[in-house]
Amino acid sequence: MRSAPDDITETLATLAIFADLTRPELEKVAHSLEERYFAQDERVLREGLSGSSFYIILEGEAELAARGKRLGTLGRGDFFGEISVLLGEPPVADVIAARPLRCLVVPGDLLREFLQTHPRVCYRLLVAEARKLANVTRRGA
Amino acid sequence: MKHAVISADESAGGMFRKWPFFQRLLSWTKPYAPFEQGTREYERYDWNSLLPEEQDCRALMCKMMDGTSYYPSRPEMQRNLEAFAARTGVAVRYRCRWTGTRRDGDRWVLETSDGEYRCQVPIFAVGVAEPWRPQIPGIEDVPHYAETRPAETYAGRRVFIVGKENSGFELATGFLQWARQIVLASPSPAKLSINTRSLVGVRARYVQPYEDHVLAGGVIVLDASIERVERTGETFRVHTRKADSAAELVFEVEDVIAATGFTSPILDLPKLGVATVGRNKLPAQTPYWESASVPGVYFGGTIHQASPGLRKHGMPSNSGGVNGHRYNGRILAREVARKHFGIDPERPVVSRAEIVSYLLGEVTNAPELWHQKSYLARVLRRDPERGIVDDGILPLQSFLDSGPADAVAATLEENPAGDIYPVLYTRRGGVSAEYDLPPHPLHDFRTRVHQKGVVEALAGLLL
Ligand SMILES: Cc1cc2nc3c(=O)[nH]c(=O)nc-3n(C[C@H](O)[C@H](O)[C@H](O)COP(=O)(O)OP(=O)(O)OC[C@H]3O[C@@H](n4cnc5c(N)ncnc54)[C@H](O)[C@@H]3O)c2cc1C
Repeated sequence: MRSAPDDITETLATLAIFADLTRPELEKVAHSLEERYFAQDERVLREGLSGSSFYIILEGEAELAARGKRLGTLGRGDFFGEISVLLGEPPVADVIAARPLRCLVVPGDLLREFLQTHPRVCYRLLVAEARKLANVTRRGA
Repeated sequence: MKHAVISADESAGGMFRKWPFFQRLLSWTKPYAPFEQGTREYERYDWNSLLPEEQDCRALMCKMMDGTSYYPSRPEMQRNLEAFAARTGVAVRYRCRWTGTRRDGDRWVLETSDGEYRCQVPIFAVGVAEPWRPQIPGIEDVPHYAETRPAETYAGRRVFIVGKENSGFELATGFLQWARQIVLASPSPAKLSINTRSLVGVRARYVQPYEDHVLAGGVIVLDASIERVERTGETFRVHTRKADSAAELVFEVEDVIAATGFTSPILDLPKLGVATVGRNKLPAQTPYWESASVPGVYFGGTIHQASPGLRKHGMPSNSGGVNGHRYNGRILAREVARKHFGIDPERPVVSRAEIVSYLLGEVTNAPELWHQKSYLARVLRRDPERGIVDDGILPLQSFLDSGPADAVAATLEENPAGDIYPVLYTRRGGVSAEYDLPPHPLHDFRTRVHQKGVVEALAGLLL
């Protein structure tokens, strides 16, 4: 966890969201995205503040909280920030590193281009969003 | 604070003692600018001078330049840094190499070629200038940017450059009149600074090979992963694969150069728990440039690029260049003094009547805010005893994540449309809010509209 992975492409290949990409495509993604490391308790997304990014968790754990209330935990392979970026609105929750956290980051203004160039990643993201929506609907019912 | 500075070099100058390879910087200094040399406001136009307290040591870069370009030559930059060290009397033990690190109670012990140093706080400003290569079979056998030969020795040869960032394009620019063919390749498309609107991306002065490529003049700029490099007698065979079509392309060339970037020689720090980040494994840092995993270990200089801040709207900091990290360095010194040595200089009081004009003056002219957009901010805070105090220029991220005192941070930001505009972040009762002020075509925010915006943001807080 302490040291950055030697080959980020290998790490990406094990994440569901990138499962359909070929090796050269994975390399292109690995090459174009920035990796970030957050210390425990560091805030990653800030509720109400504009201009955020899309994050994919490579290692570690993050906690979601809104207005001081804990909403859930995210782990390896999970992603966040997409709702705020896609809607062009500030995030509705804080995301905080619950343990040291390593993420890949797609800056907000590049997400659209990123998803358009990688339609198979876009499809995986859509499936994950559908699953989240189904869970929320089920809980509501 | 009692301190010691050591350097493995013979004298001041750091990596500018040998690079950039083609002997001219990519950071400018404008001798003639809207403000007088030596003023704080002038720093916005001079990216290369360091920041002394002594008035006569300011803006030293302009005094070394011969007028042929607003990019100083490498020797001019070296002279600038040497003059700074000599005139300000910075005491450095040169030719002293740090070789290892250990803990001894509450002290750090730095083992060096001249014996051991014991300290409360080590700050590693060892640069990001150690050649780094990705894991590509065969790439270890080709020269790195750092080992490039004189340009004329590439005359009439086919040159394959791995890497499409500034160092790759710098070499390609210098080879244009010599090489028979130039190929620049890496998996993702080249970014140009005029498109990213930041220092991330190939700088305008190195885009000549790109123009040659788009006009089909002979230079090839290729988006492909490099699968392996093979030596075949006098030539190299480079196997590449395009990301979009997965088609293989093989190049036979006389020279291959790995312009694949640089890393930091942080020796045994990872073994002591210092977390690293990114392909080139720079130390992950907090907003105050402390190791994100080992408290008490700090970093200085261009290594600050691994403390990216908020990156609002994707905008990077300029901490990789002198124009950015020179301001971080000042804040870092104050923070170390405060946190570890209990030295906290008096913060001036700002009268209520001056707050609006002071903040608008800062967002219009403060060099720290212009060079480090959405990274550094001017912070004013309500102090129960003294009134409104000026906390100085601080990392914006630390402001947003600390608290709870009522305060405002003024910074500059840029949105994807390219508008540059002031932003005020307020904290009331521990709750943060953001107020974007409008852009101005001349970046002069001292207008009635902006005054009104500041008053609205600060009503009931500081006003
Ligand atoms: C090819 C290239 C071109 C660049 N061009 C520009 C430019 O035009 N403009 C710009 O602003 N920035 C440029 N940069 C970025 C530049 O590196 C920084 O802006 C800045 O000068 C770095 O300063 P520094 O003090 O952090 O590191 P450096 O200048 O690299 O200095 C590091 C120092 O640490 C010493 N050191 C390292 N290891 C040890 C050890 N174990 N023991 C003792 N001492 C040690 C070295 O000897 C050196 O003196 C460029 C970088 C590169 C790689």
